[in-house]
Amino acid sequence: MLIGLGHYLTVAGVLFTLGILGIFLNRKNVIVILMCVELMLLAVNINLVAFSVFQGNVVGQIFAMLVLTVAAAEAAIGLAILVVYFRNRGTIAVEDINAMKG
Amino acid sequence: MLLQAIAFYVFAAVVIASAAMVVVSRNPVYSVLFLILAFFNAAALFVLIGAEFIAMILVIVYVGAVAVLFLFVVMMLDINMTRLKEGFLDYLPIGALIGAALLAEILFGIGVWGSGSSETVRAFNQAGIPPATVENTRAIGQVLYTQYFYLFQVSGLVLLLAMIGAIVLTLRSRPGVRRQRVADQLYRPKEEAITVVKVPSREGV
Repeated sequence: MLIGLGHYLTVAGVLFTLGILGIFLNRKNVIVILMCVELMLLAVNINLVAFSVFQGNVVGQIFAMLVLTVAAAEAAIGLAILVVYFRNRGTIAVEDINAMKG
Repeated sequence: MLLQAIAFYVFAAVVIASAAMVVVSRNPVYSVLFLILAFFNAAALFVLIGAEFIAMILVIVYVGAVAVLFLFVVMMLDINMTRLKEGFLDYLPIGALIGAALLAEILFGIGVWGSGSSETVRAFNQAGIPPATVENTRAIGQVLYTQYFYLFQVSGLVLLLAMIGAIVLTLRSRPGVRRQRVADQLYRPKEEAITVVKVPSREGV
């Protein structure tokens, strides 16, 4: 019953897959897409911390902190863009975001 | 050790179940709440593995800031959810296919890695968690503020940039709103602002 590194990696893998699945399923809702990106970043953090702890090397946890910082910044900017977009267009459906014809 | 294993399975199951609920929930408010539950249980997993500082940071930053920000935006925007949920099942086959393929690849990779015969893998699997010499927070501080000090500063700059960006994006000047213009007030000359009146005694102005 020893919980090894593989257990944590499996949890992180399942979490990452769920994030990708969420992006596929909720293709119209930007907010849920952003939440799924957060889930994927959480999976990455679990990987980093698990490797760090099992190696006895604390650097992985520092990188997890940096990932956390970037995730917070990304959420703030993404939601600000969302608010501005909703104020201008009155909708947040992804398929309506085509003003740049990209 | 058995208790630790049971705790790991419980926390991991709750993390995965709440992540699934984030994806499939019909109401985005519920999605955010399940996201908070997932973060809490991930923090519990970190505590279990011995990374207390990251766990507390996860609770403070994710639950305290990011999830509340999500909740704020979800409740502030008046969104027609039924329209956004249309076609949820249209993407299910392709999404499930790609998700299953990705999950199979990841688990395959972990399985092959775990059953590998290299020295590092064997050391990983047999040694378990090496005992910590100093407590987690002190160990992180000793490395973060010396070896990775520039990265620490750059992450502060990233946060500053995000703050300024969010303010610049959402700031708007509405027409027809009277605002105080401090500079104009301060630059007003004395001659415009004050008149000295000689008031006769016992008569008033």
